[in-house]
Order: sequence, then C-alpha cells, then structure tokens
Amino acid sequence: MAKYVTVQVTRREPPAAPVEATGPQCKKCRHLLQDGELEQNLHICPHCDYHYPMPAHARVALLADAGSASFIADELRPTDPLEFFDLRPYPERYSEAQRETGLTEAMLAALCTVSGRPAALGVMDFRFMGGSMGSVLGERFYRLAQAAVADRRALIVVASSGGARMQEGLFSLMQMAKTVTSARMVAEAGLPYVTILTHPTTGGVFASFSTVADIIIAEPGAVMQFAGSRIIEQTTREKLPPDFGSSEKQLAHGQIDMVVHRLELKDRLTRCLDFLGGGDGGGQAR
Amino acid sequence: MAKHAKSADKPRSHTWEALKLLQRLQELRNLPAFPDGYSDEIKRIQERLHLLRRRGTGPAAWEVVQLARHQDRPQTLDYIVHMLPDFIELSGDRMRGDDAAIVGGLGTLGSRRIVLVGHQKGHTLEERQERSFGMARPEGYRKAMRLARLAEKFRLPLVTLVDTGGAYPGKDAEEGGQAGAIATSIMTFTGLKIPTVTVVIGEGGSGGALALAVCDRVLMLENSIYSVISPEGCAALLWRDSAEGPKAAEALHLIAIDLFELGLVDGVIPEPTGGAHTNHRATAKRVMRQVQLAISELERLDPEERLRLRHEKYLRMGRYATDSR
Repeated sequence: MAKYVTVQVTRREPPAAPVEATGPQCKKCRHLLQDGELEQNLHICPHCDYHYPMPAHARVALLADAGSASFIADELRPTDPLEFFDLRPYPERYSEAQRETGLTEAMLAALCTVSGRPAALGVMDFRFMGGSMGSVLGERFYRLAQAAVADRRALIVVASSGGARMQEGLFSLMQMAKTVTSARMVAEAGLPYVTILTHPTTGGVFASFSTVADIIIAEPGAVMQFAGSRIIEQTTREKLPPDFGSSEKQLAHGQIDMVVHRLELKDRLTRCLDFLGGGDGGGQAR
Repeated sequence: MAKHAKSADKPRSHTWEALKLLQRLQELRNLPAFPDGYSDEIKRIQERLHLLRRRGTGPAAWEVVQLARHQDRPQTLDYIVHMLPDFIELSGDRMRGDDAAIVGGLGTLGSRRIVLVGHQKGHTLEERQERSFGMARPEGYRKAMRLARLAEKFRLPLVTLVDTGGAYPGKDAEEGGQAGAIATSIMTFTGLKIPTVTVVIGEGGSGGALALAVCDRVLMLENSIYSVISPEGCAALLWRDSAEGPKAAEALHLIAIDLFELGLVDGVIPEPTGGAHTNHRATAKRVMRQVQLAISELERLDPEERLRLRHEKYLRMGRYATDSR
C-alpha cells in the first residue's frame, strides 16, 4: 500500500488592495463590494471580472427565456441506500443542504426555451453538498434526456461539481454511466448536446457527461480537473502551476471548445444551437 | 456459479451460502410473472441472509481491501497465461503512446476468440513503477477504446479485467484529457453491439475502473472491491483522517457480496480458500468458467436486444425517493 507524505500547500492570494474594510470584499481582487452588488451583476465581480459560482435558479433565469421554464423531476429526493454514516448521518447532511439552499438536490432540471429554441436544461448548484453527483442528479439527467428526445429539444447542462456523492457509494459512480448513456440517447436522436462548465467542474462529473457533449463551453477562470491538486502533488511530487486546469489552459490543451464570458453566454449558446439545429429540425433546412 | 467446485478449493462457507441465497433471490425477482408461492421462499431467504449478516460471519471490509490489493493476487497477465494460451498482445493508442497500465490483445477462451483488455498493476516494485501501479493515463483508456472498436469490427466478444486504484493523477494525464478519455471510454462501451463482460479481479477504483467496466455483465471476484473512492480518500474527506480507512471501507459497501445484494453487480465468483493469491490457476479457471457462461448467455440475444438491455441496466442505476406532495 502506498504511503503518503502529507504536503502542506498554502495557496493564499497576495492582497492586491489594502485590507481594511469590514464589509464584503471580492475574494479575488479584494475590492470592496456593496450589498447585492454581485447578485445584480450575474455574480461577477464588477472590478476584476471574477466569475463566482452562480445559484442554480439565477442560472436558469440567465439562460432560459423569461417565464419559459417548467421544472421536471422536481419530486425526486435523495435517499440513503447504504445507511451511510461518517461523522454525521447522510440524511442529516442532505437535509441541511436542502434547508440552506432551498433546493432539493444539486441539479435543477427544466424544460424551457433558449432564445426561442426548445431546450432541456440541467443546472447544477455547487452549494448543494459541493455539487456532488448522486442518484437524484443521474435520474434528473436521464429525464431531461428523455424529454429532449421526446419533444426534439437540445440538451444543455451547466456543470459545477466537486465530484461524486461519496455517501451513495457505488450508486454514485454508476451515475457516470447513467448520464453518459442518457447523453448517448440524445446523440442517437441527432439532437444537440452542449455543456457549460463552470467553476469548479471536477472528478466524476468532469469525467462523464461534461466531456461527451457536441460543444463544450467553459466560463473564464473556471477550474476543471479530474484528480485533485493535492493528490497529484502527493503522488507525483510535481508542483502544479497556479492556473492548472483553468478554462484557458483546457482550451490551450484542446479539451474544450471555447471560453465564454457569462454576459455573452446566452448569445453564444443560441448561435451554437442555431448551427446544430436547436432541437427542431436539424442544422440545415431539410 | 462454480457448482462443481472440488473440495480442494472449496470456497469459504459463509460467503458461499450467502451467495447461493442471493442468487436464488435474484432469480425469483427476475421471474417475469411473480407467482404468489414464491413470496414465502423470498421471506425465508431474506431472514437467513439477515441472520448471516447479524452473526458477522462475513469478513470485515478492510480485510477484503487488503486481499484485493495483495501483491501476489493474480493480475491480468496471470489470467492471460491461464485463460488465453495463444494470446497476442496489441499495443498503443495510435495517437500518442502505449500505456503499460492497461494491457490487451487477442486470444482464444475455450473455443471462442475474444478481445481481452485489463489493468496490469505489476507484481514487483520495478514492474509496478513501470506500469504506474495499474493507474492508467489517457493513452491507456484510448488503447482500451481502440481495442473495443477492433472487437466490434470483427464481432469478437470483449472481456475486460478491472484492477486499478484509479486513473493516474498527474499533470500530463490531466492536460492530455484524462476526464475526456474516461468519459469517451464509457460512451464507447455503451455503444458496442458485441457481448461485453467485465470481471473486477482486484481493485475497482472509481472512474479509472468504470472506464473499462460498463458492460453487459459485471462480475466480481469474492475478495475484490469496487468503489467510488478509495477508503483512505473517503476517510480523509469525510472523517478528516485517512487512518479511518477501515470505517470508510465498511460505510462504502465496497465488497463484492454487498454490491451484488444492492444489485450493482451481476455476479460474484468465489475464490479458492485463502484467497485468489494462493492459487492463480484455480482462480483463473473459475473466472474463465463464469466469463464463458456469461458470453454464452449474451450470444443468445440479438445485438440490438443486448444493447437495449445494457442501456436499460445503466439507466436504472440509482436509488432515490419521490416526494408525493
């Protein structure tokens, strides 16, 4: 068995602006933020353009046409198939996440239109147990794929995840197979599948449905990794550059199609869907 | 399963009994129409299983983890020696390199030509380093995909053997598209029209294992493990102490018989007394018999039906509740 040496890695940003304020600051540029300033600016820092993780409902509002979204598979709830108990029982952990986020799970599934094009939209929320992928997420993904095939919609999924939901054990790992099989259904129906990878997209989510899309878009500065930095540094003794796994690096390495600013996201998505057919009849007039 | 085991390599009895009960239970559950007469039998089986479990007759998960990782445990190349006497190894991903953590090639299993792909951890320290302890890089998964497509083209059944702690965690691997390679491998396996069988022979570690394991039949050796995360990794994250691995191993239900009971794998292959490492030949024979049986069953289905059943199986995976409000 491998013996690990614990390496302490401190990653603190040097303070760019003098830290004197007591109010909220941008964690990237340390600029003072007014109450509600981030929320009004699509959770982007108005000073340094840092893209903060976006609550799922805000993301749906950003991408779906106003009033077009209807949520599906909303009645699904996590359960505890392994009676998993670490320092706290699993049901206690997900109940707390539900209370704190107002969400029932780490992904919302909505049928909607995007600039008039019919879409099945899945949006993950990192706040819900680190956006971990469990059985409910897999099932919602599958229902989205079914709806996409049934009504000829494009499948669009916004990813944001720390990886697998460990408390569901192998059920969680199998969601990688389930979501990819669902994506195959959409592909076989000739429908477009676009993923939008946001900070962070890691582990099993990155290594399953995120990376088998027709077009992969990432937000600026988002980090995408399969293995965690600490594990890589422990295993290989390699020092990783600070921008390791960033959208910009992933683009340079050929792993994604484009990096798109959140303000331009809907427009770019719409243009992609236009080429791929947007769900209703293919890219060319047939 | 292995009904005619000779007394010399008789499996350990508790697992054996539990396994037989579970198999019968699965048979009953799979009956197309559910005759009432069987509900008593199901109840009896469940009570007996409960009793076996309560007595704690099964091995502790942590012991199984140690066995699954045992350095002398048979690995893919050992199975090849005993199962595929005419094996021809094929190399390379045709893009960048040849990953020694995954081996594969052509061979005759009994009377049937197959393609076999599996992780190879290595037995000696030198071999282990050369093969990165069976932790594959993108080149490895791309080699596996290439061989899967070869099998598809020539309509040869595909057998995969899983034995890895996980995908290789390295800078180059990440930059070379580790996540995409695993995802694409899963996608490739979901589309194959040939019969596919996987056996977890040692460690089934996370995405690196799943990349070779999305098959029509998923079998596990009795003392193998299959998990979303290593018990040490899970302990470090949830207990904040990697020394709590034994607790995490129990909590994750990563041993074969538990996963079979949960419906996550299709069968368990009992090992010779003392574990697979004590008798490679006997272990390989058992694996061979079960793989042949699985392929025979799968060959009776037409390709479209087989594909449909595979998709259905993976689309059914998961446990969730429904809020009726």
